[in-house]
Amino acid sequence: MPKFIKDVSIVLGGAAGQGIQTVEETLTRVLKLSGYNVYANKEYMSRVRGGVNTTEIRVSSEKVRAFVRRIDILIPFKRGVLPWVEKRISKNTVVLGEKENVEEEFLENVTFIEVPLSKISKEVGSSLYLNTVAAGVIAGLFHADIKVLEEYLRKRFGGKGEEIVEKNIEAAIRGYTLGRKLCEEKKVEIEVSKDESVKDDILLSGTEAIALGALAGGMNFLSFYPMSPSTGVAVFLAQHAEDFEIIVEQVEDEISAINMALGAWFAGARAMVTTSGGGFALMTEAISLAGMAENPVVVHLAQRPGPATGLPTRTMQGDLNLALHAGHGEFPRIILAPGTIEEAFYLTAEAFNLADKYQVPVIIMTDEYLVDTYYNIPDIEFDRIKVEKYVVEAEEDYKRYKLTEDGISPRAIPGYGKGIVVANGNEHDEYGDITEDEELSRIMQEKRAIRKLETIKKSAKLPKLIGDENARYLVIGWGSTFHVIREALEQLNIDDIAFLHFSWVYPLREDIREMFDGRVIIDIESNVTGQFAQLLKRELGVEVDYKILKYDGRPFSVEEICNALKGVLK
Amino acid sequence: MNLDPKIFEPKRPGSQDVAWCPGCGNFGIRNILKRAFVELGLNPWEVVIISGIGQAAKMPHYINVHGYHTLHGRAIPIATAVKASNPELTVIAEGGDGDMYAEGGNHLIHAIRRNPNITVLIHDNQIYGLTKGQASPTTMLGMKTPTQPWGVFEEPFNPIALAVALNASFVARTFMGYFKESVEIIKEAIQHKGLAIVDILHPCVSFNKLNTYTWYREHTYWMKDHDPYDREEAFKRAIEKDPLPLGIFYINKRPTFEEMSPAYKKDKTPLWKRVPKVEEIKRILDLKRRF
Ligand SMILES: Cc1ncc(C[n+]2csc(CCOP(=O)(O)OP(=O)(O)O)c2C)c(N)n1
Ligand code: SF4
Repeated sequence: MPKFIKDVSIVLGGAAGQGIQTVEETLTRVLKLSGYNVYANKEYMSRVRGGVNTTEIRVSSEKVRAFVRRIDILIPFKRGVLPWVEKRISKNTVVLGEKENVEEEFLENVTFIEVPLSKISKEVGSSLYLNTVAAGVIAGLFHADIKVLEEYLRKRFGGKGEEIVEKNIEAAIRGYTLGRKLCEEKKVEIEVSKDESVKDDILLSGTEAIALGALAGGMNFLSFYPMSPSTGVAVFLAQHAEDFEIIVEQVEDEISAINMALGAWFAGARAMVTTSGGGFALMTEAISLAGMAENPVVVHLAQRPGPATGLPTRTMQGDLNLALHAGHGEFPRIILAPGTIEEAFYLTAEAFNLADKYQVPVIIMTDEYLVDTYYNIPDIEFDRIKVEKYVVEAEEDYKRYKLTEDGISPRAIPGYGKGIVVANGNEHDEYGDITEDEELSRIMQEKRAIRKLETIKKSAKLPKLIGDENARYLVIGWGSTFHVIREALEQLNIDDIAFLHFSWVYPLREDIREMFDGRVIIDIESNVTGQFAQLLKRELGVEVDYKILKYDGRPFSVEEICNALKGVLK
Repeated sequence: MNLDPKIFEPKRPGSQDVAWCPGCGNFGIRNILKRAFVELGLNPWEVVIISGIGQAAKMPHYINVHGYHTLHGRAIPIATAVKASNPELTVIAEGGDGDMYAEGGNHLIHAIRRNPNITVLIHDNQIYGLTKGQASPTTMLGMKTPTQPWGVFEEPFNPIALAVALNASFVARTFMGYFKESVEIIKEAIQHKGLAIVDILHPCVSFNKLNTYTWYREHTYWMKDHDPYDREEAFKRAIEKDPLPLGIFYINKRPTFEEMSPAYKKDKTPLWKRVPKVEEIKRILDLKRRF
């Protein structure tokens, strides 16, 4: 009899269009409101119908925030799910469901518990209720608050009429009863503790954190062209455009998207584009314009595996070099890569101040894994966010590119003051007019590529160190792998290892170099060539000793990192 | 009201060195623009010119209004966003025929659909000036150039027919050699609410030896008694080839991009003056707390 303590990983699998997302949403919300910590992440195919998509939900006594490979409870909605997740299941995996959805050869290898999901849903009235029955079973296993489940279904299906609501509730209760019975009969044992305070937590996804962070940072203009996995941010913002009174425009291509964002900033708005690698590739010409014209802009770059169209719905950290080198010529930029959902919110908000202050492109790098992940977070601290505006009034004889000590020229905008603002993508004098003067060309190149960069570097944020600063081994990571590395290290529980996580990826401060001195450095990244390690070498002369790389389009799991680290440490 | 176009002459050192060839039509267009601004009672700080790349696109440096000299073909999206971010500004996108019809062709098409309240001025010299005389989308059939030594065989782009076909909001053509008429057309284009496209024929004295001042005078005529609200009639006129009709071909009044945007439904404040709606963010987060 399988027993799960403290942390259960539940995976639902089915075809696209079969509604696993409904179960996922129902369960995460209801379990959270019942006092459980939840984490969810999906993996899906680039197709609208059919195939196999899965969702992992972790329910835990503690705040878990990382993907695990292991599956404790599996609910297959169709045949083909077990072969798809074959490497993730074992004898300890409980498969709940109907025999017809489980290939015979797997019956031996897992703990199969027959649950007549279809039969029950048909008895309730239609096979459409299958999802709700399944959600009910899981809710029952966890003794979730049945009132909350009912209320949730009422909200969710309220628009579809009273009958649908009642049927769904009936389906849920029947599933719930069955789930509890499985516990009572000790077919499955679950010991996960509830925590009252979790009920007040916020369930937020990476996508929502980016979008809301942007709004908190004063974003009022979004131009985009749809591309997975970045589109969610645009969808969210479009749906709230009216409430926030902002401009959200789906344009003809990424070239237009980024140029619009530049125009919006030029006129004093705070604009963002949201895109993925292929779209960003098209934007590079305008990134270069932003560099030359010192036009602020914020880009959300949600990575997926490339090159070209790659794996549209999968994850990778393969576009760092693109972001670092995008655009011709030499000019500074800032690259941020949030490691957590909270950080996605705060850093995105901050990106707008940085763009405004330094008048450079600020690129926020996420990936499919981060944008599609969600978990409960205690709260957002709004006092951590300040909207700092750096726009000055244009006075007579205003010089857009005035030479200053720190390389930052006060930025005026048309419409504020009576001075004239001339911005220019050609080399220019202090007023913004075209120049081919030898001396001035040199000074302007240095202003942008050296002085400004130095100014930015000085205020760059330090990476976050977890563990003993004198540890012999130092694991480094950037962006979305934060929690998975952190959890792996917690599990390994070795004293002599620390973790350095970079969410401020570029430019790097010189004094970071010391943090690496005399240590064995283990680089963990989700790409083929270790792009961040290359950056460390180039910028700071740091050589990594080991690289743990993953590039199959799937996120790192806690187990994989544990195993890989064990290999390195032994 | 100041009726002296001199207020639009910049005094900046860099703007004194004008890179246009002596005798070029761009000078005439600059005079037309200055006159139109003056007659419309505009102040320099109320106008923004966003230009692409090319000889024509150097305009922001030689005229005293706000300017942004951007990338080849990209003036329209940038101008669209400038207007959308601050509808109080008078926004003009300016460039050559290569800039607007070749590299920027896709943006022009979609700007027509989007209908921002901006004016798009195309300096149509039927050649690439800045890059020294290659064929442009409007170069005439058979014309030989250093890069088309066999003569152009591609069908010339017809911007007027395209714009009318796409139901553009305001479509006109003029020849810069006709000063007074051009001033009137540009004034109407700027005052028109919605996207106004003006194809301005102008000679390139250095690289286009075919379409000269005399050629344009002899191969154009002013449309009389044309009803610009009649789309079919506008289209018939648009496909006339020789002589080319001049004047306002088509006007179609429809809502602008900015008007339709939720940003300005209740509040007309330009975006740069706005602050984030923190309470609204908190409300959304609260919903995520409850369900
Ligand atoms: C992306 C890009 N491609 C090519 C060029 C080179 N280029 C500069 S101007 C120009 C054509 C200009 O012709 P037109 O728009 O007709 O303007 P004109 O110079 O005749 O006023 C080209 C191809 C460029 N600057 N950028
Ligand atoms: S090259 Fe032609 S268009 Fe350019 S300035 Fe000279 S004459 Fe004018």
